[in-house]
Amino acid sequence: MRVVLAEDLFLLRDGLVRMLEAFDFEILAAVESGPELTRALTELEPDVAIVDVRLPPSHTDEGLQCALAARRARPGLPVLVLSQHVEQLYARELLADGNGGVGYLLKDRVFDAAQFIDAVRRVAGGGTAMDPQVIQQLLSRRVRDEPMGGLTPRELEVMELMAQGRSNAAIAERLVVTERAIAKHTSNIFVKLGLPVSDDDNRRVLAVLAYLDRG
Amino acid sequence: MNAAKARDALLAGPRGLALSVVSITGSIVLFTLTVVSIGLIPIGVGVLATPLVIERVRAHANFRRELAARWSGVRIPSAYRPVPHRPGLAGWVQRCTVMLRDPATWHDLRWMLADMTAGFATALLPPVLILYMAYGWVLALGVWRPIADAGGDWFLFVHVVSQGTAYAAAALGTAMFVLGMFVNPALLRGHFQLARALLAPSREAELAQRVDRLTETRHDAVDTSAAELRRIERDLHDGAQARLVAMGMNLGTIEALVETDPAKAKQLLAMARESSAEALTELRDLVRGIHPPVLAERGLADAVRALALRLPVPTDVSVDLPERARAEAPVESAAYFAVSEALTNAVKHADADSIWVDLSYGAGALRVSVGDNGKGGARTGAGTGLSGVERRLGTFDGVLAVSSPAGGPTLVTMEIPCELS
Repeated sequence: MRVVLAEDLFLLRDGLVRMLEAFDFEILAAVESGPELTRALTELEPDVAIVDVRLPPSHTDEGLQCALAARRARPGLPVLVLSQHVEQLYARELLADGNGGVGYLLKDRVFDAAQFIDAVRRVAGGGTAMDPQVIQQLLSRRVRDEPMGGLTPRELEVMELMAQGRSNAAIAERLVVTERAIAKHTSNIFVKLGLPVSDDDNRRVLAVLAYLDRG
Repeated sequence: MNAAKARDALLAGPRGLALSVVSITGSIVLFTLTVVSIGLIPIGVGVLATPLVIERVRAHANFRRELAARWSGVRIPSAYRPVPHRPGLAGWVQRCTVMLRDPATWHDLRWMLADMTAGFATALLPPVLILYMAYGWVLALGVWRPIADAGGDWFLFVHVVSQGTAYAAAALGTAMFVLGMFVNPALLRGHFQLARALLAPSREAELAQRVDRLTETRHDAVDTSAAELRRIERDLHDGAQARLVAMGMNLGTIEALVETDPAKAKQLLAMARESSAEALTELRDLVRGIHPPVLAERGLADAVRALALRLPVPTDVSVDLPERARAEAPVESAAYFAVSEALTNAVKHADADSIWVDLSYGAGALRVSVGDNGKGGARTGAGTGLSGVERRLGTFDGVLAVSSPAGGPTLVTMEIPCELS
């Protein structure tokens, strides 16, 4: 799998390159600024881009803006955005085009290499990877607003994991139950929330995220 | 002439009448009292009386300032030196001296002299211009007869002795009324401008006042930033720093154990990783408290939007700022934390179920309003979060106003002079 990486701090960039190479990713380019990133994204056609929100020269949200622009030019271009802090506002902008292939994670998540690599693969495959913190912010707002269509605590738990972008199989493994049990929970969730049922994992995740963000 | 102008011209009548009464009675009585009490200072009684009288004089002048602003939009600045409030006889003497040394006191006296004469006359003209028409018509409708019998009377320059001259008086009165409709507001404004000319502090006094204000806000700014640094130091010392120490220690132990007891070493590694994650979380919260990353990345509008998204209460943010315009970083930061404090108050204390924030820029100032539909009762007194905001805004000559009657709603408005780039 071919990756473009943009991160301005040398130590982190170097660490990410090593980690990705250890998991058999091919690094097409590891850049450190917004303009370089834009060039790499348009010229190299990677399978996935891993981008730090804050990049030089402006040190504002340049990375995020480059990623959004690249996705406008090439809809569905898989982008995993990393940041020192997560904001619902940014998550909403990333998800706005409804195309999937988006990830938004705290930089801390690279501590757990296996999970991080799983997230990269998910995004590259057109899925989503939302930081648990984003999902919790969304949930805490909704739960206070209304009783969430009467979901059981277990269903809430499943929905939280699903909103992070995990597949039924991954959720089943995490909660130590069978995949069938999870499939039952998810269909219950969709009926209770009045969402259209779909077999496609990615569509389902996007539907749940859109539902959560509507509040 | 439109309705609003006509209304102003007519209103100038009763307003002028009220002003003339206040001018003639208030200024004469207070001027006399001041002169007498100052005269009595040598025999001691004056020391007690003077501060009391001067306080009344200031209230009298301030009342006029208020009317000037409300009725004619004339702003009369005031620059009374702060009066000390020490108890006992020494306090009286000190108050008396401070007040007598204040040039503003003598400005007030000078103004009262003019107010009881020229001020009185300009205030009286508008009602006279209106009422003379009524008098003219009363004459024309028959009252001229007994007056003519008694030898006639002068209506301005018309000698009323017959029906004809009485009609002339009525016509003249009507002409005066028409004139009044045009000049009355100007006359009233003239009255207030006279007051401003005499009451407004000298440039020197204004500068002195400005220096006082700057000294005060500078002290506040230094205090606030020192306290802030102290807080950051403590948070780092007890938080991230301590965690890093623990991590280093764990790593040292791991190094020693890695060959003799790999299982234990693995367990310690997990702990070290946890410590580093916790240190990161703490640093992130700390950074958010110093300068929120969204503010640095996106500016005030989006930082407030992001803040609103984090609140448990539905919060509506409306922004009317030029596209991509940014204020200077310190101003943005002060405005952000002011909004943050106001929002925290609304969520914590107001019991509101809807909050709104409004950001706009106009006339060289950033305006921010935060309102909620909660139970009200917010105050800016010492020690409250809002007084901290007030001091922080003060550094930028910004101001904060809170309207929060018991029962709500609460509205906090802030204004910070600044430039956008």
